[in-house]
Amino acid sequence: MTSAVALVLAVPVSLGLALFLTEMAPPALRSIVSFPISLLAGIPSVVYGLWGLFVLVPLLRNPVEPFLARTLGFLPLFQGAPIGLGYLAAGVVLAIMILPTITSIAIEVLQTVPGSLREAALALGATRWEAICTAVLPYSRAGIVGATMLGLGRALGETMAVTMVIGNSPTIRASLFAPGYSLPAVIANEFAEASGDLHTGALAALGLLLFAVTVLLNVVARLLVRLSRRGPARVAA
Amino acid sequence: MRRRITNWVMTGLCGLALLVALVPLGSLLWLVISHGLAGLSPDFFTAVPAPVGETGGGVGNAIVGTLYIVAIACAVGVPLGVGAGVYLAERGDTRLGDAVRFTAEVLSGVPSIVVGIVAYGLVVLSMRRFSALAGGMALAVLMVPTLARSTEELVRLVPGTLREASLALGVSQWRTSLMVVLRTALGGIMTAILLAVARAAGETAPLLFTSLNNQYWNWRADQPTASLTVQIFNYAVAPYQDWHDKAWSAALVLLLLVGALSLAGRLASRSRLR
Repeated sequence: MTSAVALVLAVPVSLGLALFLTEMAPPALRSIVSFPISLLAGIPSVVYGLWGLFVLVPLLRNPVEPFLARTLGFLPLFQGAPIGLGYLAAGVVLAIMILPTITSIAIEVLQTVPGSLREAALALGATRWEAICTAVLPYSRAGIVGATMLGLGRALGETMAVTMVIGNSPTIRASLFAPGYSLPAVIANEFAEASGDLHTGALAALGLLLFAVTVLLNVVARLLVRLSRRGPARVAA
Repeated sequence: MRRRITNWVMTGLCGLALLVALVPLGSLLWLVISHGLAGLSPDFFTAVPAPVGETGGGVGNAIVGTLYIVAIACAVGVPLGVGAGVYLAERGDTRLGDAVRFTAEVLSGVPSIVVGIVAYGLVVLSMRRFSALAGGMALAVLMVPTLARSTEELVRLVPGTLREASLALGVSQWRTSLMVVLRTALGGIMTAILLAVARAAGETAPLLFTSLNNQYWNWRADQPTASLTVQIFNYAVAPYQDWHDKAWSAALVLLLLVGALSLAGRLASRSRLR
């Protein structure tokens, strides 16, 4: 749930960023920007959690969530008390955290698109955006999907930042504003105090589930990225 | 005309993506620095945390604890990771090598909290107590895959002629690997190690239930140990304003530590390239 929110927010931004940096921006800007992006990747997750808890949550509680509730309140997604802590906050923090992952892999993938393809589209009179749409993106589709899945893998396993802002309540609600729980957050909160073998065992089982899902995602994503690096011929179909 | 406008709009949107990405970063750095600086004092670095309800105190034991746990992680993880990387580069063109490589790749995507559970099962349960050793083990497991992969890449960059020259002089294979190949790649490997250490120092999740926490100074590897990251977490979720300020200051210290490590890493490789 939180990972879905994160993907919805992070994928357009990081894809736009990757496109901007590979296709549009002057090379000088690219090297300037790549530094803060790598910085974003290097910040420990607990610091993101801190920032989320004391900056993002109040921000969401006051202007953002009431606004969403007023304008989109007819959807069950945007109903409920705007308490700040909850799925939405966790999703936004996760989005910021996986942004560098997706962006850097997408840039890597986009750079393998041969220049001749781009030039051919431009020579046919396409504007730069049309060249991106018709030539660049179809070529690198598999790689971008792979990049997204790697980002999803990171989002699913992220513990600290989510634990700090999701609200930690063992309930399932439709509203994005409601507090909830995520797999790693449950483990983080309860493991050290787990009493008895059954409780520990149950939490370890959650860990196993998490492990299985992320391994699966990673295997598929790596294969996709590897395929698209080799070329589109087999991927296009 | 319509096409041209679309072009402009989309270019603008992509540029906007850049701004959207940079705003949280700027806000985060600014807040950590501005909130964090206020709480820094000599006490903050040398004292142990104050009891609940009292102001003052510091995170000296947590800073030492983080360094301690990371040192344990290095002692275990660095030889393993570098060794695996050298093996993969020198002898890894086999089925086994491929399997190891793929495993390392997948392992690097495993959530750190899962690694924490593994360390709990292996170390905490068998020792019957939370300890710095368990935390160090968990971080070591996190370091190995990335270290192995980057060591492999760096060792592969070493020219084959160097290797052959050494072998032709009658030097045995293992001494060639150790004295010639590894030495040539040393600068890059230092970078990889420093970056891995920086990552490990910022990890919280695997430490929550391996090294746990400690309110006092601790110098024994078999005792629960405080760490900066866990301390930040505890301070941030607690309801006291004074603790929140401490959390920001601790975050600043952590950021400086991690930043210095990765900066040192980048400098190490740059001076080597020239």
